[in-house]
Amino acid sequence: MPLRISIASALSLAIASTAIAKENLFNPDISLILDGRFGAFDNESDYELPGFMLGGEAGRGEEGFHLGHNELAISANVDDLFYGKLTAAIADHEGDTEVELEEAFIETAALGNGLNIKAGRFFSAIGYLNQQHGHAWDFADAPLVYRGLFGNQLIDDGLQVSWVAPTDIYLQLGGELLRGERFPAGGASNDGKGAGTLFAKIGGDIGESHAWQLGLSHWRAEVEERTSGGHQHEGEAEEIPTYSGDSKVTGIDFVWKWAPLGNASQRNFKLQGEYFIRDEKGDVIMDDGSESPESTTYDGDQEGWYLQGIYQFMPRWRVGLRYDRLESDNKGSDEEVLAEAGLDNEGHKPERITLMGDYAHSEFSRLRLQYARDDSYEDADGILMLQFVMSLGPHGAHRF
Amino acid sequence: MIHMYRILLSIIAMGLAGSSAAALNVFACEPEWASLTRVLGGDQVEVVSATTAHQDPHRIEARPSLIAKVRRADLLVCSGAELEIGWLPMLQRQAGNRKVMPGQVGYFAAADQVGRLGIPDRIDRSMGDVHASGNPHVHLDPRRLKTIATALGERLASLDSSNAAHYRERLASFILRWDEAMMRWQERAQPLRGKRLVVHHQDWEYLFDWLGIVKAGSLEPKPGVPASSGHLAKLKKALLAEPSLAIIHTHYQSPKAARRLSQLTGIPAVELPYTVGGAENVVDLFTLFDETLQRLLEVVP
Repeated sequence: MPLRISIASALSLAIASTAIAKENLFNPDISLILDGRFGAFDNESDYELPGFMLGGEAGRGEEGFHLGHNELAISANVDDLFYGKLTAAIADHEGDTEVELEEAFIETAALGNGLNIKAGRFFSAIGYLNQQHGHAWDFADAPLVYRGLFGNQLIDDGLQVSWVAPTDIYLQLGGELLRGERFPAGGASNDGKGAGTLFAKIGGDIGESHAWQLGLSHWRAEVEERTSGGHQHEGEAEEIPTYSGDSKVTGIDFVWKWAPLGNASQRNFKLQGEYFIRDEKGDVIMDDGSESPESTTYDGDQEGWYLQGIYQFMPRWRVGLRYDRLESDNKGSDEEVLAEAGLDNEGHKPERITLMGDYAHSEFSRLRLQYARDDSYEDADGILMLQFVMSLGPHGAHRF
Repeated sequence: MIHMYRILLSIIAMGLAGSSAAALNVFACEPEWASLTRVLGGDQVEVVSATTAHQDPHRIEARPSLIAKVRRADLLVCSGAELEIGWLPMLQRQAGNRKVMPGQVGYFAAADQVGRLGIPDRIDRSMGDVHASGNPHVHLDPRRLKTIATALGERLASLDSSNAAHYRERLASFILRWDEAMMRWQERAQPLRGKRLVVHHQDWEYLFDWLGIVKAGSLEPKPGVPASSGHLAKLKKALLAEPSLAIIHTHYQSPKAARRLSQLTGIPAVELPYTVGGAENVVDLFTLFDETLQRLLEVVP
């Protein structure tokens, strides 16, 4: 009899508490990322990346004290079917404070059968690093291949459909249909459906101590008038290199993580690498506002990769090493125009080696010191970077 | 002939049962819930545990293998109360499995079934990694565990109603054995009542609540913040004024801080199993409490 009673009382308790079960007490979740930096360079020349048109937020950063990506994110389950998130990045560009919508999307959480649909503005699922926020990266800046091909990160507006297979091994397949207005696309061609991706990810564990993931991805766009803002020349009339044509990027990425018996709190190691190749065919014009600007046909072959390892050798402390490399072989009917557009590699293969050490006082704060030997352009540079990244607000759940 | 036919049928049925395995695929976030689900479900459940006793359930990554497991689960059995907040919501979002989303019958949060300790009056990160829903380590109080077992047994019965009788039977048998064990433990634990213990992290609030043990300090100055030498010196001073029985930590926490304080004060450092698999002889929830009491009683003078 006492058993009966205890079951009944426990049940009523259970029912009462599931009714009020919720993710947390804040609705929606509001989180703030604070990112401040200090940079020191060895040389003063303007930054360029020979063989690549720079765009988006690509660059080597700023000298002296400056702010990085300060982000305000608001997210919550909208109802039992949708999840929504908005991230606004607040940054200074040449003295003006600008608010940029980095993400604004809804995502289904409960379609079932492994299916997920995301719509709005989001980080494309291409590559591995692209889906992570900059503040979750292990270095203060993006790998050169992300800088050269995506303007640091590929963000676009559109629709993503993905499916997780009901298998022992993790297998995710997906695709995106995107507007194609932001760098490295442009012009929102094809009636605002100018770009698209396909991606596959596969992953699993090996024993208790190892986890891995391998990804393949492909992005293509019909580019209309992609302008390069990052490349500047001192001249009379300002000429803006502008590309129109096809663009295809194919990439492979992997990450392998080790933690003794899966316990990452003391020591852990992460090895990750990505390789991308881009193929473009079209025309480049040097837009100077005139009726007949200089122009050339353009057949671009660009590729790049990076490999990085991060080791946490004791709680709070990590060190990391990254090697970056780019290569390009671009052809056109007018070599001079190509060179002016920054698409001539000048016989240079950009590379960079970066050392990083950081200290996390808690899960919410990180201080980082980074030094890069940067041979990404002719004037080799030593770049020292000090950074703090702090997150305020509820505990974020991070991707693998 | 009919006889032969029957045998053949039953062989086929057995083969089918073998290939389709158990009725319910259960994803347990921690070993204690995996163990409890196995006890209550028997051969009708196929249970995987997302974490082992070697891992801190608060610091797990949303690994691909875990996404694949959540994808195929009929039921998640987790602690809740934000213990898994750094990874479980990401798994649920990525797996695309409607059945196991919060609020669905396929999501069982143990901490939701019981009254919780340590619910803060206010939330401020300067207090460390505190959680609005209170302390999530609820399995270390056998009384609460009984309530949770009851709710879980009923949950299994409602999810897999064709086997409801099977789950209820197993639940009743578990409760009988558990009540017996609780009486035995309470008697054995008498010498621990009112004793003071230094903890590593706030994992033990519920055990202390049950046994009437007093927390004499914490190696982490604040939840989630590692011990510093300055903090250990302060603890030492406090412990010299008012000693404690032992300094306790789990298997997944580094024993360094506990050992250092032990050297400074002469108070023994004791590793407790914390969950199923946390010590060699801790193979289920019964042996978990047997061993925990055993190790604590060993240091009682």
